[in-house]
Formats: sequence, C-alpha cells, structure tokens
Amino acid sequence: MSETDPIVVHELFKSFGQQKVLDGIDLCVAKSETVVILGRSGTGKSVLLKLLVGLQKPDSGSIRIHGQEISGLEMEQLNEIRKKIGFLFQDAALYDSLNVRDNVAFPLNRHTNLSEADQDKRVRELLASVGMEKDLEKMPSEISGGMQRRVGLARALALDPDILLFDEPTAGLDPITSGEIGKLILKLKQERKLTAIVVTHDIQGSKAYSDRLVVVNEGHIVMEGTLEDLQNSKDPFVVQFLSGVV
Amino acid sequence: MQASHYAIDFFEWFGDLGQFFGRVTRGAFSRPFEGRELIRQMDAIGALSFPLVAVAGAATGVVLAMQTRDSLSRFGAKSMLPSVIVFTLLKEMGPIITALVASGRVGAGIGAELGSMKVTEQIDAIEVSAVNPYNFLAATRVIACIAMLPLLTLVADFCGILAGWVASTLVQPISLHLFIISGLKDANFHDFLLPTFKTMVFGLIIGVISCFQGMRTTGGTAGVGRSATSSVVLSSLLIILADVLLVRIILLISPS
Repeated sequence: MSETDPIVVHELFKSFGQQKVLDGIDLCVAKSETVVILGRSGTGKSVLLKLLVGLQKPDSGSIRIHGQEISGLEMEQLNEIRKKIGFLFQDAALYDSLNVRDNVAFPLNRHTNLSEADQDKRVRELLASVGMEKDLEKMPSEISGGMQRRVGLARALALDPDILLFDEPTAGLDPITSGEIGKLILKLKQERKLTAIVVTHDIQGSKAYSDRLVVVNEGHIVMEGTLEDLQNSKDPFVVQFLSGVV
Repeated sequence: MQASHYAIDFFEWFGDLGQFFGRVTRGAFSRPFEGRELIRQMDAIGALSFPLVAVAGAATGVVLAMQTRDSLSRFGAKSMLPSVIVFTLLKEMGPIITALVASGRVGAGIGAELGSMKVTEQIDAIEVSAVNPYNFLAATRVIACIAMLPLLTLVADFCGILAGWVASTLVQPISLHLFIISGLKDANFHDFLLPTFKTMVFGLIIGVISCFQGMRTTGGTAGVGRSATSSVVLSSLLIILADVLLVRIILLISPS
C-alpha cells in the first residue's frame, strides 16, 4: 500500500448529529485490487462510498483519488474525478423517466462527443456486456431488480472508469441472480483490471472476486485480510459476524 | 423551548432556500444548457396544465358574470358588466387563478417527482455521473415554470372572458364583438401586460419552492408525500403574499 494508490483514505471521521458513523477510517486500495467491505447494517459502509465520490462531506480526514485530495474541491474539479469513477447504487437508481437505452446513454450524452450512431453502438456494447442488449426500450419499472442492477452497472461503465464502487450490489436478490451479479463483477475484474470497492453482506459470493476483505464495526476497521484470515480470526466481532450468531 | 426550536428551523429553512436559489441561478447560467430537458419540462408544465387552467378560467368568468350582474344591477350600472369582467380577469383573477391552479398541479408534481428521485438515490446518481443536478433538474423546471405561467394566464384570461360573455348573453343577449369592445374600451396595454408578466414571479415561486422541497426530501415514501404537500402549501401561500407586493408595484409603475 502506498500514497500513490488510486484510493487512499486517511483518518476519516463522519458523524450525523450525535451519531458517529466513521471514527478514523484508514484505507488504501491498490490499482486493480478489489476490496470487499463487510460490516453490520448502519455502520457507515455506504457512507464511506458516498464520501469517496463527494456526495457527502467528511467532518475531517483525507480522501485522495489518484493522488488528488477531493475534500474542498469545486464542483467542476470534483466532476472531473467523478468521470473516472463508476458507482453502482444499492437499488441501481435508474432514472424512472428514461428507458434502459437512455439511462445508459445519459453520461455519454453529456461527457462525450460521440455521434448518434456511435453512441447507440456504445450503449449496445455496454448492455451486451451485462446481458441486457434485448431490453433497450424497456422502462426501469418493467424490468426485475437483478436486471436493473445490470443496467445500472452498464451505466456505471459508460465513461470507461478506472475505479468502480458497488453499494450492496446483491442486496434483496435471489441467490441465482446474486451469483450472476457476482460473476459480472469477476468478469469486469479480469477483463478491465478495475480498482473496485464492494460493500456487501454476501461473504460467500464475494469470495470469487475479492482480493481483500475489510471488516468495519462501530466506525473502525477491526480486521482486514483474505476470507481465510477472517475465518481464522479470534476477534469476537469477526467471529460473530461470520457465524451470524447473536 | 419549543418556540425557539421552531424559530431556528424557520431561519434554517430560509438560509437553505437562499443557498439553493443561488445554486439554481448559477446552474441556469452555466454550460451545458439542458435544452431537451427544458422542452420536456415546458411540455409537462405548460401543455398538460392547459385543460385545467382553461376550465378554471372559464368557471371564474361565469361566476364573475353572475355575481357582478347582481351587484351592478343594484347600483344601476349594469352596462359596466363587460368592463368589470374583462378588467377583473385581466388584472387579477386570471393571473392568480392560473398561479394557484399551477401551484397545485405543477408544484405537487415537481415536489413528488424530485422527492421520489431523492429517496431512490437517482439525484445522487446524476451527481455521480458528473452532471450538476441543480442545472439538469432544478434550473430546467424553474425556467419552464417562469416561461409557461404567462402563457397559461393568457389561456385563463381568454376562457374566462369567453365564458363570461356566454353567461352574460344567456341572461341578456349581447354580441361577443360588442362585449369585448365595451370591455376593453377603457383599458390600456399596461392593464394587460403587467399583470400577465407578474405571473413570471409566480412561476419562479412555484419552480423554486417545489424543486427545493423535492430535493431535500428525507424519510422514504412518507417524506415524498410531505414534500408534495409542502410544495403546494408553501408556493400557494407565497404566491398570495407576493401578489400583494406585486399589485402595489404595478400600481406605482402604472397608476390608473
């Protein structure tokens, strides 16, 4: 781990009112590494992802993306960094008023000078890469939760980012669909060599694509390592989290 | 203790509204200009409000004709009926009825739509796509409201005068030509222009308040409902208060 890693988080604090959510988090993610963040619901995992793209502001601490400190940046400068980051939201967050094609084309429309034909080709390629090329004209309400995540992933990849953030990509999905999403993440990791952070509760599913797992509890990182490291841990929270026993 | 809490909330709300207005204004004047979205919003706000405003304007014209005929008859001034209907509609009833109908239909729509986008993280997704939501979502809706309100007011005025004539002529036949000629004979261009253009301020109020309430929604679907309601209530209230001020300003600019 070094200061030149694509994602470097140092001494990050974030509270909402009296509730301390992140209490001095330190995290580095190396180039092409996939880090999985585990922890109980409400422990600030999603907040951490939102801080990384500037959707929320930290109380204190440092976030460096590709070596650039993002706290305190103007909107225009932050947007330049955001173009290099793809974000898959928990429920995909597809735009209700746009069909599948226009959802994926949304970032392309605004940040590229592609002709209409080239843009259409790019949208089809992106949707084909997530197995959704046949549903171009459907509205988000007409497709299932798993399909929405796929479209959301295609949209996140539209600007060819080098960092990808996943906020509970398999939450609320059946095991088969969860497995399919897991395979997509693995495929992206192998083909595009992306740097990725995946927030998930699906420990078994994440085994296929994770390089490192990070366990967060009460705003701190309590342990990091491989799944085997976690399974051999004596930390009471890690033991309890893996076994699911209260 | 409770009163001071409400007072703090009240001033915080105004502070947040001021910041929001600043961001929307900057968004409106910064590139890229969201032409396609603006046209879509003009259609949603203008064309889809057309029937409602037309019916409300017509109903106002009929009520005015019936009520004023009765009042003017008592004072022996029945011949003034066309003038009273036309003046009342052009100067006050047309603009205010249009604004209140639009605040109900458009305000609730914007508050609910943006509220729903907020709680389902769609606004976050727009921001993460490096698109300014104040430009794409708010500025387009505010500009569409400002542009559409005067046009909708013309619809309300026209339908109101036409329906007022129908109601009058059913009681005492008068040609439409004579009705309009006698209605407009003492009017000047300012009587029509300034009250119609004051609805741009009403459009600004509806757009800004509804976008603001929508984009600060919290608390899931219940929050979306609250945003829709508060958008309508606050914009209607502010429209009525602003009208007091605008009427005074218009009278100063163009004293009769």
